[in-house]
Amino acid sequence: MSRIIATAAIRGAHSIVKQAEDKLREAIESKGKDCKVDFPDTGYYLPIIYSATAFEVKTLGDCEEALGHARALLPPVPEEKIYLPYLGWALDAGIATLFAEEVMEACKYLIGPNPVDGIWLGAAADVILRERGIEFVDGTAPGFAAVVGAAPTNEIAVQIARELQEKNLYIFISGNTNGKSFAEQLDEEGVQLGWETRLVPFGKNITSTIYSLGFANKAALSFGGIKPADFTRNLLYNKNRIFAFVMALGEVDDEKYANAAGAINYGFPTIADTDIPEILPTGVCTYEHVVPLVPHDKIVEKCIEVRGLKVAAAKVDIPVAYGPAFEGERIRKDDMQIEVGGPGTPAFEYVVMRDNNDIEDGKIEVVGPEMDEMEIGPGKPLGVYVEVSGRKMQADFEPIFERRTHHFLGEAQGFFHMGQRDIIRHRISKDAFEKGFRIKHLGNIIHSKYHEEYGALLDKVQVTLYTNKEEVEKKLDEVKAAFTERDDRALGMTDASVNQFYSCTLCQSFAPSHVCIISPERSGLCGAVSWLDGKAGYEITPTGPNQPIEKGKTIDESLGLWEGTNDFLYNASNKEFEQVSMYSMVTNPMTSCGCFECISAMLPLTNGIMTVDRDFTGMTPCGMKFSTLAGTVGGGIQTPGFVGHSKFYMGSSKFISGDGGLARMVWMPKHLKDEIADALTTAAEEAGLDDFVNKIADETIAQTEEEVLEYLQKVDHPVLKLDPMF
Amino acid sequence: MTEEKKNKKNYEGADQESLQLLKKMEDHGIESSYDRYDAQQPQCGYGKIGLCCRHCQMGPCNVDPFGRGPSKGVCGADANTIAARHFVRYVAAGTAAHSDHGRSVAELLIATARGEAKGYRVTDVNKLHEVAKVFDVSTEGRETNEIAEEVGEMALAEFGKAYGTQKFATKAPETRQKIWEKLKITPRAIDREVTESMHRTGMGTDQDYKNLIMQACRTSMADGWGGAMIATELQDILFGTPKPTRGTANLGVIKEDEVNIIVHGHEPQMSEMVAVAASDPELLKEAEAAGAKGIALAGICCTANEMLLRHSIPLAGHMKMQEMAIATGAVEAIVVDIQCVMQGDEEVARAFHTKMITTSPKAKVDGAMHIEINDENAYEKAKDIVRIAIKNFPERDKKKVFIPKGKKSDVVVGFTHETIKYMLGGKYRASYRPLNDNIMNGRIRGVVGVVGCTSSILWPDQLPYMELVNDLIANDILVVQTGCAAAECAREGMMVPEHMEVAGPGLREVCEAVGMPPVLHAGSCVDNSRILIACSEMVQEGGLGNDISDLPVAGVCLDWMHEKALAIGQYFVSSGVYTLFGTKSMVAGAPDVDKFLNEEIEDIVGGKWSFTPDLKEMATLIKDHIEKKRDALGINEKKERKLYDMEDRRALSID
Repeated sequence: MSRIIATAAIRGAHSIVKQAEDKLREAIESKGKDCKVDFPDTGYYLPIIYSATAFEVKTLGDCEEALGHARALLPPVPEEKIYLPYLGWALDAGIATLFAEEVMEACKYLIGPNPVDGIWLGAAADVILRERGIEFVDGTAPGFAAVVGAAPTNEIAVQIARELQEKNLYIFISGNTNGKSFAEQLDEEGVQLGWETRLVPFGKNITSTIYSLGFANKAALSFGGIKPADFTRNLLYNKNRIFAFVMALGEVDDEKYANAAGAINYGFPTIADTDIPEILPTGVCTYEHVVPLVPHDKIVEKCIEVRGLKVAAAKVDIPVAYGPAFEGERIRKDDMQIEVGGPGTPAFEYVVMRDNNDIEDGKIEVVGPEMDEMEIGPGKPLGVYVEVSGRKMQADFEPIFERRTHHFLGEAQGFFHMGQRDIIRHRISKDAFEKGFRIKHLGNIIHSKYHEEYGALLDKVQVTLYTNKEEVEKKLDEVKAAFTERDDRALGMTDASVNQFYSCTLCQSFAPSHVCIISPERSGLCGAVSWLDGKAGYEITPTGPNQPIEKGKTIDESLGLWEGTNDFLYNASNKEFEQVSMYSMVTNPMTSCGCFECISAMLPLTNGIMTVDRDFTGMTPCGMKFSTLAGTVGGGIQTPGFVGHSKFYMGSSKFISGDGGLARMVWMPKHLKDEIADALTTAAEEAGLDDFVNKIADETIAQTEEEVLEYLQKVDHPVLKLDPMF
Repeated sequence: MTEEKKNKKNYEGADQESLQLLKKMEDHGIESSYDRYDAQQPQCGYGKIGLCCRHCQMGPCNVDPFGRGPSKGVCGADANTIAARHFVRYVAAGTAAHSDHGRSVAELLIATARGEAKGYRVTDVNKLHEVAKVFDVSTEGRETNEIAEEVGEMALAEFGKAYGTQKFATKAPETRQKIWEKLKITPRAIDREVTESMHRTGMGTDQDYKNLIMQACRTSMADGWGGAMIATELQDILFGTPKPTRGTANLGVIKEDEVNIIVHGHEPQMSEMVAVAASDPELLKEAEAAGAKGIALAGICCTANEMLLRHSIPLAGHMKMQEMAIATGAVEAIVVDIQCVMQGDEEVARAFHTKMITTSPKAKVDGAMHIEINDENAYEKAKDIVRIAIKNFPERDKKKVFIPKGKKSDVVVGFTHETIKYMLGGKYRASYRPLNDNIMNGRIRGVVGVVGCTSSILWPDQLPYMELVNDLIANDILVVQTGCAAAECAREGMMVPEHMEVAGPGLREVCEAVGMPPVLHAGSCVDNSRILIACSEMVQEGGLGNDISDLPVAGVCLDWMHEKALAIGQYFVSSGVYTLFGTKSMVAGAPDVDKFLNEEIEDIVGGKWSFTPDLKEMATLIKDHIEKKRDALGINEKKERKLYDMEDRRALSID
């Protein structure tokens, strides 16, 4: 009965708040009240406390105040008889628990034991949040399973983990049962843990559950546009967007109940394998709140049903598991059956459009030996030759399909996909081979995934897999010629050469006034949608987020202002904005949703701009970290002086061309500079800038705006001769 | 649940505490309201069915319901006009009662805000801000007392404003407000509605029964969405919004060895201060010096409900138990203010050492001591009153004392619409969602308010409230109660979570999940306004239609006696709620009016009346009505569990 759960949860909350107070006292005794405290690389402080109260916990002294909030929420333990209503109390006790645990975990970063230890990852940095959190928003990941405790055997643990992965869920792991954790069980069985495989071990103690829930809160703050202290909406965002649940394996003690009560506030129910009381009436969660005694072979299905989740798991007829969770899986040398491609071995992936009558749908042919006839080891040639046809197919879409092969093939468990075109290097694991996975299955995957995703464009998909060296080499000549032709065609495509741009309003689900306008020379700010992608997207779903935009009459060529783009923006932004300059970050810049690969910001002292990408967690010369900048720029607003954009855009001749172009660039993180050095060099040469890349400062050269300016003067950066930006 | 007279008094039966005291009164030759009811038999048959008109001096006129005698009054008014006028005057009087109560609270709030009312303070600042929003009073950067003063003044203006309609009516669902606007029955100034009702029902004015009933709609809503709501909301601001709390109920709460003070009536102004005075250390010492172990406060009628919900002060009984409480012989003082105070109390008090003290200038009782309490002197006067009780303690005649040893029931009470929200979701997820969800999924079939009076027509061996409420909860219908009806079920021990054992499986499951009783005590009779707001919030929460009239809910009063009950019933009907009274129709003599109220009005305002003394029939009517509404909402169809994909999730609101 619920009273037992409520009583246990409230008792657990009292105990955890007490423990947090003790831990904090210990931390203050050793470090002092003014000692800084935070989770690594985040702009969200202690995220649950910050989401709930907007209180920015920065020091151990602040932690005392935060624990005050926890204490204030603690209800009395319900009486045995003639008790007062306890559901509201238990939920408050849950939140008090989370506040206390955040303080406790934060103290651990200072005085140990360090939350990051061995397999344990501790708090997720904002970089991970931006990369992974967006998957919750765009639906790539429907939610997460917070697995608490341990399965009765390692085998069951692996089985459950695999099943969850196949549902595309993230698996956040915390806590233990009798000293054993689910993550340790997986680790012992050689299962690859980490964000790449969606199996995320946060911590062995139950208190590390706050990393899961804090992640959920941060997703709402970051992608949901929810303000701190608007906690009810934050929780409702989680209830209605992020379909997570708690899977409790093994005994559920008071402290686990307290955490479960915290999770119920988010609409995340608890499904247990043990005989605990149940809470079936609905309301706080979408359906039941606590469901006990579910057998292990049914528990994943049950979790999904209780949470009310519809998982569109791909049905690909292959002998191994399939889903995005397996895309990040690496296959070590010792575990591989074969490696195809690699240095000195001919290999390629190629998609080509054919006439409808020339190919046969579903025909999958392996030309040359199958894996059974291959020796274990590297150096196997492979040509993946895909022919497609369809009334709405266009040759322009070939590279889009080809690029997607990376994801489609990579999502097979035991298949490790690297590279593209004629520089591929893939591995197939021994395990997959033993399960019956063969080269021909690559054809099955491509056939079914292409139909699933591009059914609107395609009628037929035929796949030929060449495994014999001579054949591959022969085909490679044809394929390389095609690549060259394609590249030439893409180079020739400029904003001026097309009449239509494409919109992308996919992110309006969380940034309702955001409108990406995508042109050949300016891809979507997330870096994932090019003009061709937009075009294909429109063909696939004519009423979808990618709509053609007639440029219409030119208003200002240099700023990139057209009547058509303005009109589109006005309507699509729900009449929020009237003008957008495609080529300026000063005058009516494009809105930013939150998914930008990079943010550029003016550095007024230098007359130039700096660009920072999301992987850079340090301080930038503008005085803000990426996460703080993201908060300023994101959410579907125009922020003159700031703009979010893709990496691709920086190599474009239209990169803030209305504001002076690439010559404005004065600072960027070193790793970014290295990553896009080729594109930058080419673009700089085209713009007539000599030795330009070396004139851009980075964090190893300058950390403040003043230091940047000093460097610019030293290298005679061209920005110094430009007119003021505004 | 009948008006059937018991000629031979039977002291066996259900409510032994009451019966034992009635027996004692009979043995001591003390007259009770039951005796007086007997003496009144036969009561006027014309009056009972609405056919006696004494609104002018050409009358009194009677119309013969059997068609043998006159069919019209002297002025030509027919049965319909006479019955409808009668009905409107009832409603107007009830509205006047609640609203004058509300006016006192508004005046007290102003006095408190100005620092003129010693001992009072603004307790619930959140509520103040909520109400400020309704009255368009700005709160930004202002002192609490400054806001409180303006809120009080705005509330006071609701009684006599020249233009516009009741501000609180804007809390109703928009669809509902539109219905009222279209019918032109959104209540205007409270006093105006009462005045206009009196005017229109006098000789020679409104003589169209439908037109008269529509005025009853508007007047009653000047009560529910006006005066009564002002009373409730402003009392919460001053004395705190009740939240779930434990207490005890029944005559057994009167203490053998303490100074017993009974507070009785309706407004908490007086009782709050008596409660403060009763815990004054100085007075406690005096009580001790007088040989008492302490000072015990207990309530009767709605004062009891107010004190029980806010301060866990025991509830001695409801309206019809007031004389019995005095008849324990252990009451040093019965302190009363307004409404539902029987003049008979004074006579019973005189048979013992008990002092009856009146405190309101509006309500004196011949023979009772009068100590006037106003906003400024309340605390001092309350101390005087407690002191009188203490001094009276030694006068208690132990031989005459009889406190029933029977049932003293535990209760869990205090279910206001705010605390229901909290109870269902805690601080951060407070909402009606779980209630709506569980109505939609059928665990709870519907919600019924069982409210209103108890009356001395009914001998205490009959427990119709208990019978009906238990029947409803056994059928998975959640029951919300106020007033004396609530006190009766509290007394019977039905307001504890353990009572969920009697509930149907669905309701029980929800009660278990929340930890609540299946019968929720929401307050006094003005607090029926809380039920209006709760209904509006259920509509707002979504999934149960767009209007109060779409909800699977009903309102019930079995033993109604005060005009206030009729005003309450009428404002529920006008707000779209099916309302059932457990008596015969008081307009039964005018079949057209009767049909209009019981049938035709539903198409106009969405709610309607039923009158039936037959409990079984009533339960059936309620259940059928609830299922009819559920069918209309489409929630009775068994639906597949909806599983959400990304598109579905995006479509969900997060506000």
